[in-house]
Amino acid sequence: MAHTQDKYYVPHGTRWPVFASIGLAITFVGAAQLLNGSSTLPVILAGTAMVLFVVFRWFAEVVHESESGAYNSQVDRSFRQGMIWFIMSEVMFFACFFGALLYARQLALPWLGGIGSETVTHSVLWPDFISSWPSNGPARIGGDFEYMGPWGIPALNTAILLTSGVTLTIAHHALKDNRRGILALFLAITVALGIAFMGFQVYEYSHAYSELNLKLSTGIYGSTFFMLTGFHGLHVTIGAIMLSVMLVRVLRGHFTPTRHFAFEATAWYWHFVDVVWLGLFIFVYWL
Amino acid sequence: MPLNTLTLARKAVLAGTALLLTAVLPAHAAWDLNLPRGVTSTSREVFDLHMLALWVCTVIGIVVFAVMIYALLKFRKSKGAVAAKFTHSTTAEVIWTILPTLVLIFLAYESAPALIRIEDTRNSEMTIRITGYQWKWQYEYVGQNVSFFSTLAQTSNEARQLDSGLDPHQVENYLLEVDRPLVVPVGTKIRYLLTSNDVNHAWWVIDLAVKRDAIPGYINEGWFTIDEPGIYRGQCAELCGKDHGFMPVVVEALPKAEFDAWLASQQAPAT
Amino acid sequence: MTTITQGHAAQDHAHDSHGPARGLSRWLFTTNHKDIGTLYLLFALVMLFVGGGMALVIRAELFQPGLQFVNPEFFNQMTTMHALIMVFGMIMPAFVGFANWMIPMMIGAPDMALPRLNNWSFWILPFAGTILLSTLFMDGGGPAAGWTLYPPLVLQSGNSLAFAIFAVHLLGMSSILGAINIIVTVMNMRAPGMTLLKMPMFVWTWLITAYLLILVMPVLAGGVTMLLTDRFFGTSFFQAAGGGDPVLFQHIFWFFGHPEVYIIILPSFGIISQIIPTFSRKPLFGYSSMVYATAGIAFLSCIVWAHHMFTVGMPLAGQMFFMMSTMLIAIPTAVKVFNWTATMWRGSLSFETPMLFAIAFLFLFSIGGFSGVMMAIAPVDFQYHDTYFIVAHFHYVLVPGALFAAIGGAYFWLPKWTGHMYDETLGKIHFWLSAVGVNLTFFPQHFLGLAGMPRRIPDYATQFADWNAVSSVGAFLFGFSQLMFVYIVVKCIRGGKQATAQVWDNPEGLEWTVPSPAPYHTFDEAPLIK
Ligand code: HEA
Ligand code: HEA
Ligand code: CUA
Ligand SMILES: [Cu+2]
Repeated sequence: MAHTQDKYYVPHGTRWPVFASIGLAITFVGAAQLLNGSSTLPVILAGTAMVLFVVFRWFAEVVHESESGAYNSQVDRSFRQGMIWFIMSEVMFFACFFGALLYARQLALPWLGGIGSETVTHSVLWPDFISSWPSNGPARIGGDFEYMGPWGIPALNTAILLTSGVTLTIAHHALKDNRRGILALFLAITVALGIAFMGFQVYEYSHAYSELNLKLSTGIYGSTFFMLTGFHGLHVTIGAIMLSVMLVRVLRGHFTPTRHFAFEATAWYWHFVDVVWLGLFIFVYWL
Repeated sequence: MPLNTLTLARKAVLAGTALLLTAVLPAHAAWDLNLPRGVTSTSREVFDLHMLALWVCTVIGIVVFAVMIYALLKFRKSKGAVAAKFTHSTTAEVIWTILPTLVLIFLAYESAPALIRIEDTRNSEMTIRITGYQWKWQYEYVGQNVSFFSTLAQTSNEARQLDSGLDPHQVENYLLEVDRPLVVPVGTKIRYLLTSNDVNHAWWVIDLAVKRDAIPGYINEGWFTIDEPGIYRGQCAELCGKDHGFMPVVVEALPKAEFDAWLASQQAPAT
Repeated sequence: MTTITQGHAAQDHAHDSHGPARGLSRWLFTTNHKDIGTLYLLFALVMLFVGGGMALVIRAELFQPGLQFVNPEFFNQMTTMHALIMVFGMIMPAFVGFANWMIPMMIGAPDMALPRLNNWSFWILPFAGTILLSTLFMDGGGPAAGWTLYPPLVLQSGNSLAFAIFAVHLLGMSSILGAINIIVTVMNMRAPGMTLLKMPMFVWTWLITAYLLILVMPVLAGGVTMLLTDRFFGTSFFQAAGGGDPVLFQHIFWFFGHPEVYIIILPSFGIISQIIPTFSRKPLFGYSSMVYATAGIAFLSCIVWAHHMFTVGMPLAGQMFFMMSTMLIAIPTAVKVFNWTATMWRGSLSFETPMLFAIAFLFLFSIGGFSGVMMAIAPVDFQYHDTYFIVAHFHYVLVPGALFAAIGGAYFWLPKWTGHMYDETLGKIHFWLSAVGVNLTFFPQHFLGLAGMPRRIPDYATQFADWNAVSSVGAFLFGFSQLMFVYIVVKCIRGGKQATAQVWDNPEGLEWTVPSPAPYHTFDEAPLIK
C-alpha cells in the first residue's frame, strides 16, 4: 500500500440481503413444518425460489459493477480473502462429519465390541456384538446390508473429479494467456465432468438403496456414508452451477487475463470439493 | 461527582447491602457454605484438593486484588498523580508468566494421583448395576437376584406439585427422600455399573464424591467404599427432562452384618 | 502506539455527500458500518431484556422452595431459551456491533470490506431470533434440553426441535459471515502505516475471535445437523444401538462450545484494553505480550473442550490431558490481568463510568476465572459439575465479565456515536446498582453449588432456600437496574452536553480524531499513520 490508494468501492444501500433473509426464513420454516408432518413443500419451494432470485440479482449487480470497472485491486483482494475464509468454514463443516466417522470407528465401535481396555459396555450390554467396519451397530439397525466398495463407481468418480481439476487448471491457464477458445472448451469439459460425477453418484445411491439395502438409516455406517457423500454431492452441485455461470460469462466475453476473481473463486471452490472427495474416497470407501 | 460524595455513596451502598442481607435472611437454617467432607476416602481426598485449590485461588486473589486496590487508591488523578510513561518490562512479564505456571503445575501434580485412584475399580467386593429411567433409578445387586426401583417419596411428590398449597418446609427431607433407598454395606469396595434406559442421567451423592453420567447403550463404572453407617442423599445431576429435579438418590449404609440380613430378607420374598 | 499526522481528509467526492437514506429503508438496506453497528447494538439490547426476562422467571420460581409460578417443563424451556438468547442473541451480536462501529474507525478504513454482506449478516439475526422465540408457542413448547442440546433428551422435543436447529443454523451463518467480513476488513482495509502491531487491542482481539468463529461455528452446524437427521431420518450418530454414541454430540458441541466462551470474552478483553489505558492516562502495558496472550488463549481454547465432560466416563488419559490443557489457559489470562494492573500502576486514574465497569470487570472476571481453575481439576469437578457452582462460575465471567465489558464499552463510545455526553451521575448510579446486584445474585450461587444444589432444577431441597432467596433478590435488583441503562442511552441520544472530538483526556486511537458524532462516512481518504 505504497501510494495513496484509489477509492474503495462502498456500495450504496442494497435490498438483496434483507430479501435473502426473508427467503431463507421462509425456506427454513417450511422445512421445519415439513419435518413435523405438515405438507409445506410449496412453502419451501417459494422460499427457495426467492433465495435463488435474490442470489441471481445480487450477483448480477456485482458482475455488472465489476465489468464496469468499479472495483480496484483492493476490492479484488477483499473478495479473494473473503472466499478463502468462506472455504475454510466449509472445510470445518466437513471436518465435523469426518470427526464423527473417526470417533465412531476408533472409539464408539471398539467400546461396544469390547476391544481395548474399556470392556464393560460390551460384556454387560452387548455381549454378542463383534466390532467391525462397516457396521450398523449392535442392534443391526436397518438390517443386513452390503457396503460400498471403493473400486468401481467410486474409483471412476475419483478419476472424473481429478480430471476435472486438471481441465479446470488448463482453462485457467488459457484465461491467463488470453486463449479464449481453449478456455471455453476446457471449462465446458469441466462442467460436463462435474455433471457426469453427479450422474454416477445418483446411480450409486439408487444402487445402494435398491440392491445393497444400504440406507441413511443403516446404522452408523449408513449415517456417515450418506451424510458425507451427500453433503459432498451437494457441494459438487453448487460447484457445477458456479462453473456453468462462469462458462456463460466467458461466452459473453467477461474476464481479462489479469482480472477474473469470480473465475478463480470458482476454481478454488472446485478444488476444495475435489480434495474433500479424496478424503471421502480414502476414509469412507477405501479404509 | 466530588470524591467525598462518592465515598459516601459507596458506604451507603455497602451498608444497604448488609441491611438487605440481614433483612431477607430469616434466622432459620444452617448456612451451608462449603463442600461436605463426606464419608469415603475419595470424598476426603477430593475435599482436601478442593480446599487446596480454594486456598491457592484465595491467596492469589488477595495478592492480585491488593495490588489493584493499592493502585486504585494511590494513583488517582484527583490526588495529583501524574502518569508515568513506561510501556513494558520484560523482567516483570517473564516473572508473572512463570509464577502462575508453577502454581498450576503444583495443582496438577497434587490432583493427578487422586484421579488415578478414582478410576481404579480393581478388587471390588460387590457389584451393583444402576440404571436411570425418566424419572427413577433401578438398582440391581449383580448375582444376588435382588433388584428394585427407587422413586421420589410420596410426601415430597405431593408437595412439589404446582400450587399444591403444601409447605415444603414441613416435609421431611423435601425432594431428597425415596420410597426404597439403595442399601449397601460399610467398609466394602462397591463397584457400580451405570447406564440408562432412555436419556442421559447422572448418579450423584455428594458425601460419596461420586458423580457419573448414565448414558444409554454404554456402561460407566466406578466405585466407592463407605466408612460410616448412615443415610446419604443426592440427586440426578444431568438434565433428563421435566422431572429431572425429582429423581433423588438415597444411599443407606449399614454395618456388614445388618446388610447381609437385609439382603437375605430381600432375596426370600422376591419370588 | 500510533501517531496521526493527518486526520480524516477533505470530503470532496460526490459520493461522500450522500448522507443516510431516509426512513425505514435506511435501516433495512444500509451498507454503512455505523448503521449496521447500531442495528446490532439495538438488537442486542432488546435481547438482553428478553433473555433477562426469562432469567427473572427462573429466579422468581427459585425464590423459595416449592413450585409457585411455572411447570417444570416451562422452567426447562426458560433455562434453555435464556441461555440461547443471551449467548447467540445478546452478547455475540453486541460485540459484532462494537466491531462494526469501531474497527473501520480504528484502522482508518472507509467502511467494512464487504458492506453488503455486512448488512446480510445482521439481517439474518432478527429472523433467526424470531424463529427461535416462536418455538415457545408451539405444541410441546420450546426446546427444553438445556442450551447444550444434548441427545437423547433433545430428540424428545416436540415440534420445536426442527425450528430450533434451523435457528441455530441461521445464527451460525450470520456469525460466520460477520467473521469473514471482520477478517477481510482487518487484513485488507488498514490505512497506510497501520501495521498489524500498531492496531488497537480491540481490533486484535476481534481478529483472533473471527478466526475462532470460522473454526468452530461450522462444527456446531454439523453437529445440530446430525441431531436433525437422527430425529427425522433414522441416522444413528448418537445412538449406541446403531453404533453411534450420545457422547459424540457432547464432543462436537464442546469443540464448538468452549471456544465459543472465548469468542465472547476476547472482544471483552479488547474493550477493557481500550478503556483502562484511557482513564489511566498511560499506554497499555505490554502491548505485544497482550497480543500473544490473546492468540495463546485462542489456540488453547481449541484443545480443552472435554473439561465440560469429566463425568461422562472418558478414559483416564483423556481426563488427564483435558485437565492439564485447561489449567494452561489460566497462564495467558493471568498475563492479561497483570498487564491491565500494570497499566494502572503509576498512572493518573480517574473513575468515569466506563472505567468503573472496567475495574469491576478486572475483579469479578478474575473471581470467575478462579472458580474456572478449580473446576479444571478433574477429580474435584466430579463434585462441582452440573451444580450451581458452575452457574456461579460462568455468570461471573459472562455477566460482570462480558456484559460489563459491553456496557462499559457503550459508555466509553456513546459520546463518539451520539455526539453527546451521557449523564455521568446516572451512569455511576447505574454502575453501583449493577455491581451490587450482580454479586448479590451470583456470589451465593457458589455456596449453593458446593452445598449440593444441582443446576437446571425448578425446585430444590429446603436447605438451599436462603441463598436462593438472596440470589433472586439480587437478580431483580440487577435486572431492573438495567432499565436505567436504557434510560441513560436514550437520554444521551436525545441530547446532552456536546462531546468534543477527543471526548476523554487525550485518548489514543484514530476514532478520537474524527468529530463527535462520527460523520456518516469516515476516512474516505486514508489517514496517514506514522
Ligand atoms: C466468557 C465465558 C467463560 C470464560 C472466560 C471461562 C473461563 C474459564 N473456564 Fe469456564 N465456563 C463457561 C464460560 C467461561 N469460562 C460456561 C458458560 C460454562 C458452562 C457451560 C454449561 O455447562 O452450560 C463453563 C464451564 C467451565 C467448566 C466445566 C465445568 C463443568 O461443567 O463441570 C470448566 C472446567 O474446567 C471451566 C473452566 C474454565 C477455566 C479454567 C477458565 C479460564 O479461562 C479462566 C482463566 C482466568 C483466571 C484464572 C483469572 C485471572 C488470573 C489471575 C488473576 C492470575 C493467575 C491465577 C491462577 C494461577 C489460578 N469452565
Ligand atoms: C451472556 C450470557 C448470560 C447472561 C448475560 C445471563 C444473565 C443472567 N442469568 Fe443466566 N445463563 C446463561 C447465560 C447468561 N445468563 C447460560 C449459558 C446458562 C445455562 C443454561 C443451561 O443450563 O442450559 C444460564 C443459566 C442461568 C441460571 C440457571 C438456570 C438453571 O440451571 O435452571 C440462572 C439462575 O439463576 C441464571 C440467571 C441469570 C440472571 C439472573 C442473569 C441476569 O444477569 C439477567 C439480568 C436481567 C436483565 C438485564 C433483564 C431485566 C428485565 C427486566 C427489567 C424486565 C422488564 C422487561 C421488559 C422491559 C421487556 N442463568
Ligand atoms: Cu435424571 Cu436428571
Ligand atoms: Cu470450557
